Amino acid sequence: MFDTRQAVAWIEASARLVRDDADRLTELDTAIGDGDHGRNLTRGFAAATEKIGDAATPRTVLTAAGSALVSSVGGASGPLYGTFLRRTAKALPDEPSVGGAELAEALAAGVAGVRELGGAADGDKTMVDALDPAVTALRDAIGDGADLPAAVARAAKAAEEGARATIPLVARKGRASYLGERSAGHEDPGAASSVLLFAALAEAAGAPS
Amino acid sequence: MSDEPLVGLVLVSHSRVLAEGTADLAREIGVGRVAVVPAGGDVDGGLGTSFEFVERAVEAADRGAGAVLIADIGSSVLTARTYIAESDRSVRFADAPFVEGAVAAASAAAAGADLDAVAAAAGDAYGHRKT
Repeated sequence: MFDTRQAVAWIEASARLVRDDADRLTELDTAIGDGDHGRNLTRGFAAATEKIGDAATPRTVLTAAGSALVSSVGGASGPLYGTFLRRTAKALPDEPSVGGAELAEALAAGVAGVRELGGAADGDKTMVDALDPAVTALRDAIGDGADLPAAVARAAKAAEEGARATIPLVARKGRASYLGERSAGHEDPGAASSVLLFAALAEAAGAPS
Repeated sequence: MSDEPLVGLVLVSHSRVLAEGTADLAREIGVGRVAVVPAGGDVDGGLGTSFEFVERAVEAADRGAGAVLIADIGSSVLTARTYIAESDRSVRFADAPFVEGAVAAASAAAAGADLDAVAAAAGDAYGHRKT
């Protein structure tokens, strides 16, 4: 089960992990983007943590956090992660506690929202390359009968592998796509921050580390 | 000239100056009759995009016939499209070059074109060659 307290913990852990890794995210973004990813996401998740205090269900927590990201990030990751959280929220029942399978399906809806908004396909060297394998692993693990902590641990690992696999890719979306071949050899900053979101979800769900 | 409201334009850019300058140009082409509202920069006045500025700009640009949003790059595009996905207003995203699209859209809007026609005129600007 995934409850309101865990949803709040997810956003708070995301804020902490993004802040702790802001320099690395910015460094990755300086190599192939505009060098603001760490700062933008730190600001966005800090705003998100301030908006979720009164939320009574995971659905309302994620809706409020997503709206805060859209409003406060100022870069492309705001609408993208904002859409990810809000579309996830929209697919959840408005109950104080939801099942693992429900959460997995909702996160898949969130990733579909990101694809729709940004138009990225697999292998375009974007956050989708980490988000999609993570959600697929989560669904598979739940389907195999894993409990939520174990399933989310597998999802977080799949996100890491997905992000690492972006290193040799040539970017086809986002600012890095202007670099063409020169974007190869760098990890995509959006995929790197997606790893942090899933690490935060694993922590919130009580996954074995 | 009819008194029907004209379609408004919202210009979403990373840069406040670019949005305002392009809006000046488009207003001139729209012979002062078309509401062209810039939404440029982030809330701190730096380069970036603000969802709130986009919201406010659409409120000012929509005078009853809706508004077409034209964006420059990256997060401007995503912010404009995120706004449109949730808005209850009559709004369209124009897949268009920023300056040329704004000018073409202002011209079409001034002639009384409807929302879809204004958005299409902006998109057609991709085909306007300079040689």
